Amino acid sequence: MSYTIEGDTGPWEVVIGLEVHAQVISNAKLFSGAATAFGAEPNTQVSFVDAAFPGMLPVLNRECVAQAVRTGLGLNAHINLVSRFDRKNYFYADLPSGYQISQYEHPIVGAGTIEIELADGSTRQIGVTRLHLEQDAGKSLHDQSPTQSYIDLNRAGVALMEIVSEPDMRSPEEAGAYLRKLRTILRYLGTCDGNMEEGSMRADVNVSVRKHGEPFRTRCEVKNVNSIRFVMQAIEAEAKRQIIVWEAGETVDQETRLFDSARGETRSMRSKENAHDYRYFPDPDLLPLVLDEAWVEGLKAELPELPDAKKARFMQEYGLPAYDAGVLVMEQATADFYETVARGRDPKLAANWVMGDLFAALNRTSRTIADSPVSAASLGRLLDLMADDTINGRIAKEVFEAMVETGEDPAAIVDRKGLRQVTDTGAIDAAVDQVLAANPDKLAEFRGGKDKLFGFFVGQVMKAMAGKGNPALVNEALKRKLAG
Amino acid sequence: MASVSELTGLSLVAAREGLRRRDFSARELTAAHLAGIEALNPRLNAYITVTPDLALKQAEAADAAIAAGTAGPLAGLPLAIKDLFCTEGVRTTAASRILEPFVPPYESTVTANLLRDGAVFLGKANLDEFAMGSSNMTSAYGPVENPWKRQDDPSAVLVPGGSSGGSAAAVAAGLALGATATDTGGSIRQPAAFCGIAGIKPTYGRCSRWGIVAFASSLDQAGPVARTVEDCAVLLGSMAGFDPKDSTSVDRPVPDYLAACRRGVRGLRIGVPREYHAEGLPAEIEALWRKGLAWLRQEGAEIVDVSLPHTKYGLATYYIVAPAECSSNLARYDGVRFGLREEGHDLNDLYERSRAAGFGAEVKRRILIGTYVLSHGYYDAYYLKAQKVRALILRDFTDAFTQVDALLTPTAPSAAFAQGENMDDPVKMYLNDVFTVPASMAGIPGLSVPAGLDSHGLPLGLQVLGRPFDEETVFAVGGVLERAARFTHKPALYAGETA
Amino acid sequence: MSLDPATVRRIAKLARIHVEDHEVARLQTELNGILGWIEQLQEVDVEGIPPLTGAAQIALRLREDVVTDGGYPERVLANAPEHAGNFYTVPKVVE
Repeated sequence: MSYTIEGDTGPWEVVIGLEVHAQVISNAKLFSGAATAFGAEPNTQVSFVDAAFPGMLPVLNRECVAQAVRTGLGLNAHINLVSRFDRKNYFYADLPSGYQISQYEHPIVGAGTIEIELADGSTRQIGVTRLHLEQDAGKSLHDQSPTQSYIDLNRAGVALMEIVSEPDMRSPEEAGAYLRKLRTILRYLGTCDGNMEEGSMRADVNVSVRKHGEPFRTRCEVKNVNSIRFVMQAIEAEAKRQIIVWEAGETVDQETRLFDSARGETRSMRSKENAHDYRYFPDPDLLPLVLDEAWVEGLKAELPELPDAKKARFMQEYGLPAYDAGVLVMEQATADFYETVARGRDPKLAANWVMGDLFAALNRTSRTIADSPVSAASLGRLLDLMADDTINGRIAKEVFEAMVETGEDPAAIVDRKGLRQVTDTGAIDAAVDQVLAANPDKLAEFRGGKDKLFGFFVGQVMKAMAGKGNPALVNEALKRKLAG
Repeated sequence: MASVSELTGLSLVAAREGLRRRDFSARELTAAHLAGIEALNPRLNAYITVTPDLALKQAEAADAAIAAGTAGPLAGLPLAIKDLFCTEGVRTTAASRILEPFVPPYESTVTANLLRDGAVFLGKANLDEFAMGSSNMTSAYGPVENPWKRQDDPSAVLVPGGSSGGSAAAVAAGLALGATATDTGGSIRQPAAFCGIAGIKPTYGRCSRWGIVAFASSLDQAGPVARTVEDCAVLLGSMAGFDPKDSTSVDRPVPDYLAACRRGVRGLRIGVPREYHAEGLPAEIEALWRKGLAWLRQEGAEIVDVSLPHTKYGLATYYIVAPAECSSNLARYDGVRFGLREEGHDLNDLYERSRAAGFGAEVKRRILIGTYVLSHGYYDAYYLKAQKVRALILRDFTDAFTQVDALLTPTAPSAAFAQGENMDDPVKMYLNDVFTVPASMAGIPGLSVPAGLDSHGLPLGLQVLGRPFDEETVFAVGGVLERAARFTHKPALYAGETA
Repeated sequence: MSLDPATVRRIAKLARIHVEDHEVARLQTELNGILGWIEQLQEVDVEGIPPLTGAAQIALRLREDVVTDGGYPERVLANAPEHAGNFYTVPKVVE
């Protein structure tokens, strides 16, 4: 059952392609030795090369090349051992040289794929057309003065990987899944931090619509969408806009648009430069980039276990269902955390605790796995306390909350609060007797056939024991005494 | 105490010897040049900016170093620096209005090398705007007058050639012992020939381009002009060398070029490309060319006829590739971070007005041609095609160099012409570079040697071309030509000698 | 390949060089003269010839990922005809 949008003339399919610009994690810029760190004072991370002063020349950063190759390998893509840098010529305030050094005809990485998982559990392969390296532009600030725009070139020259997908996606959900998966892969590889709010990952969305079975119609590009949620909204808004145009008997113009998140609609970019003539030609200050195959193999050998492989291993090694495994591997830190907890313990229990209680606590305290108040080792010890019957499941939840709050070790909390599970059958019998004595009517009803009152008695016994009764023993004692 | 003209009349090599022997001090040598500049530059306009205080300070430092025995190979030698090289703290204009106020906060690698070796900088030499031209008539700071005069028409003001017209005129008139220049299509060799001095464009990648205002990146090369071939060898030895800041810089050791000048040519094979016998080439240039070949034969070289079949396409190829690259290289001159700024009502208006006001006519023409040949639909027919023809031009040379070790040709199709000539049609001006452009397209080294005078008393040059990174053979041939030609003529306008 | 006035204007726009109306005709003549002259390249057979993109026939050198530059905003701004604190300024751009 595929996604369609209902128009006046019937259902329309949506065709989506994504161009993601991912800022490369590196110390220095792609072609200059200035720093790349986010948030510096304006123009303090700018060399004369970045500012395009007369006579300045580019020199390529090896690590940026390595990051692009690692990313290509992580996308199961073909690495082009020979690639070339071209100049993309246009004028803009944040582009000091009047051209961007990019790669046009011969990118460093060729075709690859990304596997996405959808909510219904199905998976799809989305094609990646290519990945190339290019310079990022500077930043313009338009709100600092009534008559002027301010230019900060700190970001000018930072390495970007432009990752272009095939127009294989057919719904906002698929686009969202693609971006999430790509982000995960980049973070696993350490090649980009995928932070869309900070702008280290940006998406240009290509949207067109068509009736089922038709060839592709004109597409429009929605530029620089900076969150996955907005990407999904922009797709829907733009698709609807195009449908209205087609159904009115008009033609959709190929153009570049922006997403206005406040209004939930796209609008045409003000500058009428929609038909840019970039006059690409090979950058004469650079030579062809030739990679040594052995070097590429070396990078491949050092790659971490990637999410798809890790997910498959989790399903196999820990017996986890696909969904759970998928959630746990979405962030490498989470996967590592989980494995520390699961190692030598019940993996399904570990998964429940991580995905349930831990995630809820992180959400509540606005923390991430990286700065979790409860460490993987501590959580593991909590599971151990349950496994050896020191505490029961209910008490464990209470202990966990205290761990979140105080950061204390679970055993310490159990001791401090006196939460040890009671396994003394004498004490349990006494509590059961006490509860039965206090509830003669319910007892009569139960013995008269109302079986589901068993739960009530369990609850009452647990309450009487301040929750510390061993559930199995309580059950057994109750059964025995209720039977009379 | 030596006179201005005595001191300025020395070759660079002789001056260096004189300093070593303490015949005179570096300060005296520089002061003599500054006096000559003060007297003659207002007329010749060879310098855009003169830096007397800086020069004297540098000269004094050189004297101290010479006394202490720590002097570098160029200590105290006063040079002119083409105003295309960024010199830290000293205004650098590229002879354009658009860079009129620009003071570079960095030193180009080539000039840094010269300073490292102790050279003195007298000032920034005039040039065609952004190095685009063959006459130094396009400078926004006024044309340069060639110090040579036609014997039969001494009132005619002649051009020094271009784009390094100021560098060549300064050296020829004794206003510098040597100068830095750049060559993209002939801009070192042609003005050297027009001014009766020597000049070499080394192999592409031999000298660093870092800090040189870029015109056409795949062609630009820095090189020296000086009165003799040996002087050029000394200067190139300092200018050349690997620079990690330039991705097109080649990491090869710099050989002893001066020693190569004295090597002789016994056993060398010298090629004569038949396509350079151009239609309309003046008879006296053909005659000088034959004389040059005879000199080489006399010294034991073998003369071989060769063919460079794509020679005639060199200019057209150049006038596609160079404008294309310059249209992109000059996009950074937009009034925002440096240079001239004309206010505009919006961003594009700012760009359009600043660039219209700042660029001269020739620069604008080339930017527009370049923009056009790269534009959508024309890239294949023009730029791509030109780069393929360029490959053929290189192949011609590579094939020729399997048969010969060097080539001898005229440098230019005429002697210096008068200001105002060749100005009505841009293409006429471009034809000046017909003999120099092919070597630029192929990236091979080319040296112009002053070889004789024409019937008007104007200097003519012969060009020696060599294999990539074989400047030594080029200098060897040039050295023989120089010793045979015994070109000691001086121009009518000369430091300390003109009334 | 002959340029008409509209094309001259379009190219000037692409190159961000303001051209007055009275300049268009002259530019058209000059540019067409140059373009007509370089047409001679059409007669060259370049079948099978790979383009030469630069005369330096070496592999591209890579540099280490170390911060070696930047950190001098005053120098980077020293030549700016106009600036606001450590920002370059341009007429306000509306996107």
